[in-house]
Amino acid sequence: MTTTPRQVVVTGLGAITPLGGDVASTWEGLLAGRSGVRRITEDWIQVLPVHIAAPLAVEPPLGRVEARTLDRSQQMALVAAREAWADAGSPEVDQERLAACVASGIGGVTTLLSQHDVLREKGPRRVSPHVVPMLMPNGPASTVGLAFGAKAGVHAPVSACASGSEAIALGLDIIRAGRADVVIAGGTEAAIAALPIAGFAQMQALSRRNETPQTASRPFDKARDGFVLGEGAAILVLEAAEHAAARGARVHGVLAGAGISSDAYHIAAPDPTGAGAARAVRAALRSAELAPTDVIHINAHATSTPSGDLAEALALRTAIGDHVDSVAVTATKSMTGHLLGAAGALEAVASILALRERIVPATRNLDALDDEIALDVVSIDNRKIGSGAALSNSFGFGGHDVCLAFTV
Amino acid sequence: MSQDILAGLAVILEEVAGVDPADVTPDKTFIDDLDVDSLSMVEVVVAAEEKFTVKIPDDDVKSLKTVGDAVSYIQRAGVAA
Repeated sequence: MTTTPRQVVVTGLGAITPLGGDVASTWEGLLAGRSGVRRITEDWIQVLPVHIAAPLAVEPPLGRVEARTLDRSQQMALVAAREAWADAGSPEVDQERLAACVASGIGGVTTLLSQHDVLREKGPRRVSPHVVPMLMPNGPASTVGLAFGAKAGVHAPVSACASGSEAIALGLDIIRAGRADVVIAGGTEAAIAALPIAGFAQMQALSRRNETPQTASRPFDKARDGFVLGEGAAILVLEAAEHAAARGARVHGVLAGAGISSDAYHIAAPDPTGAGAARAVRAALRSAELAPTDVIHINAHATSTPSGDLAEALALRTAIGDHVDSVAVTATKSMTGHLLGAAGALEAVASILALRERIVPATRNLDALDDEIALDVVSIDNRKIGSGAALSNSFGFGGHDVCLAFTV
Repeated sequence: MSQDILAGLAVILEEVAGVDPADVTPDKTFIDDLDVDSLSMVEVVVAAEEKFTVKIPDDDVKSLKTVGDAVSYIQRAGVAA
């Protein structure tokens, strides 16, 4: 016996990013090809080999007392969730049918580091009693769950740079399984600090174009030399289609499916054949009951690392076949930098808006496509698209591969 | 003396938990009336220790239900020191 799974729609969007304090300003920034990457002038970064990052365009608009018990990642998640919830029409929801899936790749790392300084300099009595709830990686999910009274479950899947997408995939599963009708899902990351930057730099993962920050993130370009660390949060309100219809909700798009796989190849390096990523893409298409030829747009993970972008290009050809030649591919990170655990959520927002507005923002800094990458990467000018399906890829250190499929 | 302690606690409570200083009167309970949760209460205690140069052992914190309890405790501890 086969049953059609519950359809899941997206009824709310929220974001706070290096391009803007909300979805509208972020989308406007993507369409304008703005870069959120800048030189960091503070003292702590001067001893590091990398002096660039993509910090928030505007600080989280929270009151002092509200902010002081929340890690920066939690503050950003809360701001994005409030926007998404308002965008969804602030629905009256049975709290026992509301869940939150909000992921972070690293968790409250700036709290951990600054409170470790307090411990060493001032002693244990001065350590904040809020430090554990602030640094735990499920903290953002709990913060959002508390704010909206989510009682059907609060989850924080941790899969490095795939975390945001995995949270959205989990939200889809939860609604399909009938465990909730509405899920607040997305990701957040606030890791612009000396230790994470030093660590990523030691992995040779970061761009060192310190002198020209806005050209540093150049996915698929011949001269790419690593990613740029960004920060921010993005949140989607996912809703069972019949629940959204019953309340007359405005629908941005359909979360048609999701695919998850793992490389089992290396703790940090991607499988150079892209086999794991290709399996995630195929699984997403199956989950969405879509054919490869339905895909018209792909928001690539494309972090601007030499090996990652190449493996993804191979994965897309493996999964989609030669139809990939007629798919408009874009790399949001060319403008936002890499938001780690928030990246997949932000790119989900961008994918939905691209389908809804029928326009794909151009990839910035693609001066010369890598000879080994055979993809139709939208560059220079934004491109109008027709109607069809969009895929959004996210891959993470640890060998995580997640692909989300959207339709409108 | 107790008025100074009361005023000092009001400053701490505003800083730590956003409590309106006008609400800080001796009869108010920290948790139910002023909405200071158990974690923020720890911050209040540590800040009070520093401000009034007293020690408030964790075991004694449980007995400090109201603002008035805290004022008299700090007054006694200050005299003892």
